[in-house]
Amino acid sequence: MTLTRDGIAYRVARDLPEGAYVNLGIGIPFLVTSYLAPDREIFIHSENGILGVGPVAARGKEDPDLVNASKDYITLLPGSSVFDHALSFTMIRGGNLTHAVIGAIEVAANGDLANWRVPGQKVPGVGGAMDIAVGIENLYVAMTHVTNKGQPKILPACTCPLTAFACVKRIYTDMALIEVTPEGLVLREVAPGIAPSAVEKATAAPLRVAKDCREMDVPLVFNGVELCQ
Amino acid sequence: MINKALATCSEAVASVFDGATVMIGGFGDPGVPGRLIEALRQRGATNLVVIHNGAGFHDFGLGGLIKDGRVRKLVASFPNYPSASAFRDRYLKGETELELVPQGTLIERIRAAGAGIGGFYTRTAVGTELAAGKETRVINGHRYVFEAPLHADFAFLKADQADRLGNLTYRYAMRNFNPIMATAAKVVIAEVEKLVPVGALTPDGIHTPGVFVDHIVEIDRDPRLFAPRYEETGT
Repeated sequence: MTLTRDGIAYRVARDLPEGAYVNLGIGIPFLVTSYLAPDREIFIHSENGILGVGPVAARGKEDPDLVNASKDYITLLPGSSVFDHALSFTMIRGGNLTHAVIGAIEVAANGDLANWRVPGQKVPGVGGAMDIAVGIENLYVAMTHVTNKGQPKILPACTCPLTAFACVKRIYTDMALIEVTPEGLVLREVAPGIAPSAVEKATAAPLRVAKDCREMDVPLVFNGVELCQ
Repeated sequence: MINKALATCSEAVASVFDGATVMIGGFGDPGVPGRLIEALRQRGATNLVVIHNGAGFHDFGLGGLIKDGRVRKLVASFPNYPSASAFRDRYLKGETELELVPQGTLIERIRAAGAGIGGFYTRTAVGTELAAGKETRVINGHRYVFEAPLHADFAFLKADQADRLGNLTYRYAMRNFNPIMATAAKVVIAEVEKLVPVGALTPDGIHTPGVFVDHIVEIDRDPRLFAPRYEETGT
């Protein structure tokens, strides 16, 4: 079995500790908000100047002045704060936020990240990706293991334009949890029923299987949402 | 007596000249000075350089200004979302130039300009194509790239409340680029939802002190800036 997009988000959320200040990207990373451990105080940062982002606003309860970086209408949690862009990117670039979860097009064996421009893209856009990649220490990538054409996204070196070099610390995919270490990529966990050899086959970069490599602790279904398929 | 309040957006933007550089606040809808942009679109200054995080929506606001062929160059971090159709069309035809700047670098370049700083070194974009041709320097063992300040002739802001002295407050995510852009342009114009008497804003709560602001216009909230996108959020 492989993890669904929600399954990947669930697995990332388990690793966010009490007291984490977390920037979430769009796509799979944003789903992490649905799976935060309720017994931990974790603050979600949105680059447009919000710390303490709550759930998406209920229909009819939207506040026109309250959106996140994905432009969803959101709510605020008790203890939240709002501020300007300079302070927001001070938190990002200055290393004040503890974690970021970000999507990727490619990740290299040394932690290089490519996530802002696919080849042939006619109009480029970068947003805050480059600032987040250099500024936030625990940079976690959440993505599918291979492209929709089945090509590996974890490579010896990135082929797409770089976002930042040697910045990714962990890669969470539908197949595996991989840690980026100074000695290269280490396979820490596999999705339920996935063999380490299958992960190696889907990974173009050299991959060392950790001695204590284990199966992920992800339920099949959580709150009615399929996490494995 | 100082009175920075003007009756109409049209008066407020009357001095914008052909070839001017205009900063426009806002991120998504919150904090976008839609009425000022519309007034500029009506007025007719052209060959503009616009500094804004995105590229507007369809043919409304900045999108309309771009659609009308009035923007020579856009300085932005994120101009490539589906509804930025006016920019996409002009850019692909080579009619509007793009200077793509990482978002944190964009705001810091504006902040540097407003603070009288002659630029700064950042790790953002080091080793990427957005740092190509820029000076780099090793500081404390890390590579940094030099970024220059970003000034403008005009800044268009959106705020929640103001007094006649130009003191401004913002609500929630309206703030974003607005207070920083207020510091970095020669002429700073804010559209505000409520003009209140001097003394009504608590000194502790003022986000942009009036010293930065030249003109304010009280406007009705533009309903087009709040259209919940149920289809996209799935709620």
